[in-house]
Order: sequence, then structure tokens, then C-alpha cells
Amino acid sequence: MSVLGLVFSNPELYGSTLAMATPLALGALGGTFSERTGVVNIAMEGIMLIGAFFGVMAAASSHSAWIGLLAGVVAGGLISLALAWPAVRLQSDQVILGMAINLFAAGLTAFLLNTVYGFGGTPISTPQLPQLTIPLLNNIPFVGAVLGQQNVVVYIMILLVIIGHFFLFHTNLGLRMRAVGEHPEAADTVGINVVRIRYFGVLIGGMMSGLAGVYLSIGMLNSFEVNMTDGRGYIALAAMIFGKWTPFGSLGAALLFGFATAVSYSLQNYGVSANLIGILPYALTIVALTGVIGRSKAPAADGLPYEPSK
Amino acid sequence: MAILEIRNLRKVFGSVIANDDVNLSLEAGETHAILGENGAGKSTLIKMISGLYKPDYGQILLNGVEQHFANPREAIIAGIGVVHQHFMLIPALSVAENVVLGSEGGRFLFRKKQAIDNVLRISKELGLPLDPAIKVQDLPVGMQQRVEIVKALYRNARILILDEPTAVLTPQETEELFAVVRRLNQDQIPVIFISHKLDEVREIADRITVMRAGKSVHTMPIADATAKELAQLMVGREVVLETLKTPAQAGEVVLRVENLSVRDDRKTTRVKNVSFEVRTGEIFGIAGVDGNGQTELVEAIVGLRKLEGGKIHFLDKNITSENVSSRIQHGIGYVPQDRQRDGLVLQFTVADNLVLRSVGAKPFSKSGWLQKKSTRANAEKLIKEFDIRPPLEDVQVGSLSGGNQQKVILAREMAREPMLLIAVQPTRGLDVGAIEGIHRHLLSLCEQGKAVLLVSLELEEIMQLSDRIGVMHAGELVTVMDAKAATRESLGLAMTGERVEEGVAP
Repeated sequence: MSVLGLVFSNPELYGSTLAMATPLALGALGGTFSERTGVVNIAMEGIMLIGAFFGVMAAASSHSAWIGLLAGVVAGGLISLALAWPAVRLQSDQVILGMAINLFAAGLTAFLLNTVYGFGGTPISTPQLPQLTIPLLNNIPFVGAVLGQQNVVVYIMILLVIIGHFFLFHTNLGLRMRAVGEHPEAADTVGINVVRIRYFGVLIGGMMSGLAGVYLSIGMLNSFEVNMTDGRGYIALAAMIFGKWTPFGSLGAALLFGFATAVSYSLQNYGVSANLIGILPYALTIVALTGVIGRSKAPAADGLPYEPSK
Repeated sequence: MAILEIRNLRKVFGSVIANDDVNLSLEAGETHAILGENGAGKSTLIKMISGLYKPDYGQILLNGVEQHFANPREAIIAGIGVVHQHFMLIPALSVAENVVLGSEGGRFLFRKKQAIDNVLRISKELGLPLDPAIKVQDLPVGMQQRVEIVKALYRNARILILDEPTAVLTPQETEELFAVVRRLNQDQIPVIFISHKLDEVREIADRITVMRAGKSVHTMPIADATAKELAQLMVGREVVLETLKTPAQAGEVVLRVENLSVRDDRKTTRVKNVSFEVRTGEIFGIAGVDGNGQTELVEAIVGLRKLEGGKIHFLDKNITSENVSSRIQHGIGYVPQDRQRDGLVLQFTVADNLVLRSVGAKPFSKSGWLQKKSTRANAEKLIKEFDIRPPLEDVQVGSLSGGNQQKVILAREMAREPMLLIAVQPTRGLDVGAIEGIHRHLLSLCEQGKAVLLVSLELEEIMQLSDRIGVMHAGELVTVMDAKAATRESLGLAMTGERVEEGVAP
């Protein structure tokens, strides 16, 4: 079998695709929740970093990866309020806010890493979130190797995508969120609290991005490194757009980008330049953003501040 | 007892008094018209009644009980339904979703079937058929208005407020709306009908309240009101309702459009195979309901939009493939529909706006340097000629009133002495006084032997000014008729797409 055949018929490739896609899908889902209510969220990168760092810190000090997960999610939610408050209350420019959060988070986490842990980095004893083995599913050939044994966050991600879809498109609150993102004034006139809905969207989105960070630090590894998100927040942003601001679309796009990353890792062993293949996700990101593959349309009021009635 | 009573209502925004001492009483089953010019304070009043604004002073009483609406939700619960001038509908959502939004029923899950059933029930009761599953963005405006009315009734509105409801309707759709209003009155639901169109108000209203400069100036039964009296109350002085138009001496062809087809930004063909001519000395009016291809047609003629097919000749020259600036050089003037977005740079001064078209050429610039002196002289001359107020060339154009902003655009375009002036909705949002002025300028162009292509949604305006009238519907030029032969009915019929024999009124 040819080298490529070997690579592409190996179930591990697809297993690691899913693993690579998980932080992207969580970030994209978080962005979707925020932008569906009309708040542009490009802060996924920074929120992920915050989630990753505080996840490690809480896990290391409590010796519980679960408490780490909780802390990372809460931290992601809290930092997203730094986007929500000026964006919703002060009608500030959401793109600039998002960029500021990204830069702030990179600086803050680097500073805290050094201050709290010194040059040695985060403790080696930091607990990690468990790998799950799903009985029965695990025994199916090929599929078992892809889906049967993954980190617990991967399964949480799949659940969140399904719940997120159901929530956005089949509940009253989801309908109101979409309404606010399309035409806040119309929502206001029928008595929907635009401010509260937008806070809610950004907050939920921040928690999901926080979880994405937790997965990077104590899911895949058990440590934090400076700037460990490595642009995943921006790829998540592209996945959200590529996925047309829907949960399933976000997952699909995340899988595509995750696959590109996984391929680049696999082919490394066969002497193909990792750098060359490493640019693939970014190339696809550009293609996604140019709208060559299907035109994605943002919620009509995405990024537009709304001043409620007085 | 009055169902709704407004006492001494007042609302101030910064230094602008939007409403002052407004009084109104609404009886069961009546249609009460509020008549006033743009900026008279009608919309502010409605926003206070519907809970979007809080009054600074005064009372709102429902069935004798004073109300303090903290938000729109409380007004809705109290039974106030509003159909805003700009529809408050979400284009990307379905009719049913729009109708129930905010009052969906059920705790958590969205009950789609229940929403659909509700829409079907209410629309059937009203005699306004609606498809609940279709997305609002795929509905024509007349239908969107139905959605708004159904939406208000779904929320158990006991009072319905219609804010400029006929602005976007054909005369036939207006009749349908009036039938609905009468039916609501029969069910004891009073309707507040806001308008600036005199004849319409006289047809539908029982009583009428005139607003001027933020105040309610007079309330009377409709039977007692004459058009002239109402117009005077609205404006506060005597107005000439008809512009005196002398019939044009149509001369040679200035603009010839042949088989023009144009697509919009979404690649849908919005202008289909349109052909017509405009001659010197005439005003060629294009009537039609908003969104029937008028915008795209004009943009294509001016050069802002690529053609899908067809040819444009200007003064016997084929200009089909020329760009905007060379078309302007040939002698086309353009007064765009949205003066604030496309017509002016609001942050610039009056003087700078007056030379926007010619700033690159002598005498306003020499070897790349701006010539402030000639720019100023030009401004002084045009301000005097067009009576722009305040008569200052160095104030920001954005601080001028709408009427004066429009005068700035007209002055700029007319100063270049174009052979053809294309004016789109030139009097939109202006008061009666300013409209008179704009109309006089357009007519003077014809007297000078120039041509005017006038696009307007106001039938009255088209009929008053035009020599010939073309009607657009769904992208086609359905008919071209002589203005003398045109009636409201024949034009209205054509606006719905009925073909009328050229020059013959049915």
C-alpha cells in the first residue's frame, strides 16, 4: 500500500481528527451563541487561553481535574463579560474589544504563569481529565478506534453541539436569541430584553470557549504553556463562519480543519514538510472567508450595537 | 369614557422638544387619524404610547386608569398594538415565528404547530390570508403589513396604532387595509391612523387630530374638515396645494433606454427589458410601489450598476459602457434617493458639498490644489439662488434641515446645467413648504428646455409634475401614459401589474 493509503486508512488519523476538532468546535459553538444574539466575538483565542490557564491552576491546587474544568469554564465566562459589558451597555466596537481581549489574555496568562509557577512551568503532578472508553462502541472495528476512546471533553463537545442546535432552533429562548441577532429593535418592540439576551449569548459562548481552553491544557496535556492556543481561537472563528453560524455547521467545519491538522501530523513521519501541511487550515480559512464554498450570511445585526429604548 | 386618553404629554430630547402638551382621546370603535408633517412629533407620541419612550410629563390613561409603561412589554400586555412605519419584522424568520415572538406560549420548547395554528386562525378571522411557514423576507410589503396586524391581534391588542401604514402600499392594497380597519372598528377595536396624506385620512377616519411642531393643535370630526383647512393647520400657514404646470413643448430625445435589464446585488433580475425615451422640455415620471425595480433602473442609467442587457443612449451617443463620471460630464445630473447616504457628505460644509461633482476641475482646483476662494464664491451664489438656510457656506451640511439638504443637492446638480436631471424621491420626508420649492426648481428646468426623469412613490407628485408617466411593476415598465389621461385609478391598476393601453385611461 502506498504511503498515502497507509495514512488515510489508519483509524488513528480519524481519531486524532476528532481530538483536534474538539477545541475548534467548542470555540466555534461559543462564537455562534454570541454572534447569534448580535455580538461579534473574535475573542475566542483569548478566552481559550484564560480557560486553559485557570483550568490548570485550579486542577493543580485542588488535585482534581474536574474542579479544573469548572474553573476554566467559569473563567471563560467571566472574561467574556469584558466583551459583553462594553459591547452591550456602552455600544463599543466589538471587533476592537475582541482583539483587546485576545492581547490582554495572552499577556495576563504569560505573566501569571511566570509569577505563580516560575520558570519550571505548571506542576508535573497536575491531574488530567480522563480518557473514556465507551463499551460496545469501542469493540466495533475502525469506528471503535475513532469514537470509542476519547477524552471526556470530546464527548461533552458532541453533546453540546447537539444540545446547542436543539436550543437555538427549537426553544423559545433560542428563537428570541436569533431574533435579537437579526433585528434587535423588532425584538425590543415585542418586549424582549435585548440587553439580557445579549449578555446571555456572550456568557454562554465564553463558557464554551473556556471549555475549549480547558481541553487544551488539562485534556490533551496536563500543563499550560505561553500562547498554547496557537491560533486555534481564530480557526474556531473561521469554523463558525464556514459553518454558517450553526452548531452542526461549526462542528463540520471544525472536523474539516481538524482533519487537515491531523493529516499534517501523520505525514510528518513520512518526510512531508509539516510546515507545508501546517498552513492547510489557514489556507482553508481564507477560502472559507472568501465565500467560495457557499456564501455564509451573518446574522443581520451581528456587530451592530443596540441602544435600548429610554 | 374614552378607551385611551392622552393628557399634556411632553417629551424632550436634549434641546429638541419632540412633544409638548399633546392631548388626544380615543373612543371605542372609532378610527382616529393623527395628521401632521414629518417632524411634527407623531412618531414620538406613538413611541410613548407603546412604551418605547417614557414621557417627561403628562399622563396616558387606558379606560380611565393611568399607565406608566416601563417597556414595550407592559404596553403590549395593556392591549396596545402598534404597526410601526418601518415594520418591526425579522426577515430571516417565518411568519409564524414573527407573530408569536416574545409571547410564544409554553415554558421552554418552541411550539411551532401552535404558532402556525394561531396565525391561520387570526388571519382567517380578519379575512387576510397568510402563509405562516414562509419567511418574511420572501413576502411583498403589503403582506408584511398583514403580518404586523396579525401580530398585534395575537397579543390581544385592544387598540391598534398604524403609523403611516399606506406609505408602501398600492392604492388597491390601501383599500384592503381600509377594509380591515373598518372590520376592527366593528369589533369595537379603535384604530389610531397616522398619516400625512390628507385625502386618505378623509376617507378612513371618524375624527382627526392635527399635530404641528410637537403639539396637538386641533381635534375635529372628519365631516367638519376641509382639505385646505387641514393643510393650513398642518403647516401653520396658507399653502398652494397644486403646482401650476404649463404643458411642456417636448423636443428631441435626450435619453433613450433600449431593452434594459438589470440585476440587483443578489443577482436577481430586477429590471426586465425596459425601454423608454425622455425628451427635452418634459418631465418623465416613473411611478410604482417601492422595490419594483425603480432603484436599479436609475442606478443603471447613472452608471452605478452594470447592465444585464440593453443599451443606453444619451444625446444620440451610446453611453452603455461609460462610467459614472463620464456620464456626468456628458450632462446627466443625479439627485439620489437617500440624500444623507448617497447625496451628501454630511460632515463636510455646504460649500464643499456644492462642489463635490466638480472638485477636480477648474476653477475649484488648479494643478491639484484646492481653490478655496472660487469654492466659496460658488457657494455664496448658489445659496442665494436656491434660498438655502441658514445662508452660511461653512456650516456642516448635516446640521441643515432635510429640505435645505435637498436644496444643496439640487443646487449642485443644477449648477452644472445638465441636459437631463434624474431625481429620485426628491421630496421624501420634506414639509409642504420645501416640497413647493423643489417642485418649482424641477419645473424651471423644463422651461429651460432641459429634461427631467422623476422617480417617486408619491402618486400625487408624479401626477402634478409629469408630462408622461411610466409605471413600473415587478421590473417591467407596464405602461407609459400621457399625464393628462392618467388617473389615480389607472395608475394604481398599472402599479399592480395590469397592462393598460398606451395613453388610454380605462
